[in-house]
Amino acid sequence: MTLAFKDVNVGDELPPLEIALTRTLIVATAIASRDYQDVHHDSQLAQERGSKDIFMNILSTNGFVGRFVTDWAGPAAVLQKVQIRLGAPNYPGDTMRMTGTVTRAADGEVDVTVRGANDLGDHVTGTVTLVLP
Amino acid sequence: MSELIDALRAFEGRVIGPPTRALDAVNEPMIRHWCDAIDDRNPIYLDNDAAKANGHRGIVAPPTMLQAWSMRGLGGRTGATAQDDLLRLLDSHGFTSVVATNCDQEYMRYLEPGDRVTTTVTIEAVSDEKKTGLGVGHFVTTLQEYRDDAGEVVGTMRFRILKFAPQPKVEPRPQRPRPSITRDNAFWFEAAKQHQLLIQRCARCRQLRHPPGPMCPHCHSLEWDTVDASGRGAIYSFVVNHHPQVPAFDYPLVVAVIELEEGTRLVSNVIGIEAHDVEIGMPVVAEFVAFDDELTLPQFRPGLN
Repeated sequence: MTLAFKDVNVGDELPPLEIALTRTLIVATAIASRDYQDVHHDSQLAQERGSKDIFMNILSTNGFVGRFVTDWAGPAAVLQKVQIRLGAPNYPGDTMRMTGTVTRAADGEVDVTVRGANDLGDHVTGTVTLVLP
Repeated sequence: MSELIDALRAFEGRVIGPPTRALDAVNEPMIRHWCDAIDDRNPIYLDNDAAKANGHRGIVAPPTMLQAWSMRGLGGRTGATAQDDLLRLLDSHGFTSVVATNCDQEYMRYLEPGDRVTTTVTIEAVSDEKKTGLGVGHFVTTLQEYRDDAGEVVGTMRFRILKFAPQPKVEPRPQRPRPSITRDNAFWFEAAKQHQLLIQRCARCRQLRHPPGPMCPHCHSLEWDTVDASGRGAIYSFVVNHHPQVPAFDYPLVVAVIELEEGTRLVSNVIGIEAHDVEIGMPVVAEFVAFDDELTLPQFRPGLN
């Protein structure tokens, strides 16, 4: 099911999405993005580098932001831009709660502002631009 | 500092290393692996028919996988680049820490299995010195351009990092030891929070007493009330504590018995004077100091009022 552009209005809210940040999720997404930096899978080395624990890599954050928007928009949506600002790390054991709001709908293009917050604060805030049929 | 700025500016526009071709072409197994990990069930990434029904020629890669195709994997990377030189220059000026702050991706088209991207990285901008919540530093923006084998740009990524000088950690000061507060003396500490110096008074014989207690030591009455002290007094006796030191206090620490003008005495600290200038008999006045949210106590400062 894909949303049609005519059905989207500024102010519409996306169904919220909660991502349980398990250790497996953080390691699996890092490896799936071919990112072998130790801070994303080796907690001992992550701690030696001054981090509390391993943490999610940025490619995965992009992946979750994209998924959050297309879960709502459907398979015919075409993502054009994902612009994110990074904040509090996603550590294992935490939960990222994703929320989004339509902030622009013009000429077939839709902007959605997205926020992914964990217990430490905003992990990610940003804007996704997509085209809807 | 402007020398550093000039040196940093010289990096702007520089291309980092030669264009790098992806280790692998876009392929279904890596797409499925990604979709499993992200739990992305968009059928255009997983099902040919669904992809076709939505205007694609077949399965497409999630656009947010863009950077994943250019990753070098466990084998790591090769050779020194202009970015290494730039980061080393910033390191040498004390900007030793790094944090990614922004990532802006733009997709010109969705990638399909068989596409093999080639990445060019350019240092786009190096900011002036900025004060941030993490510390003082410089933002470095790189532009990644991803091209297919036909040379067409299929996507771009602007990536901004902050190279900053970590702020020295400020250890929170340990709190003063808590006074032992009981039902008999709680009123005195509560009043101190309101900047009131109270003296307990026997309701029967009118004798003042301190420290607070339930019974009058003169007439043994259990009835009592309080009077407001003027806060004026004199140093009756004192010691200067140099050692051992407890981190919650400033040293040398003047611990004094203060005789209030009402006649009672209490133990407190003398502040606002060098320890070696403190003398017995010196007139002092009370000043309330809030040590933390919970603890306010009278301290005494030389003076007549």
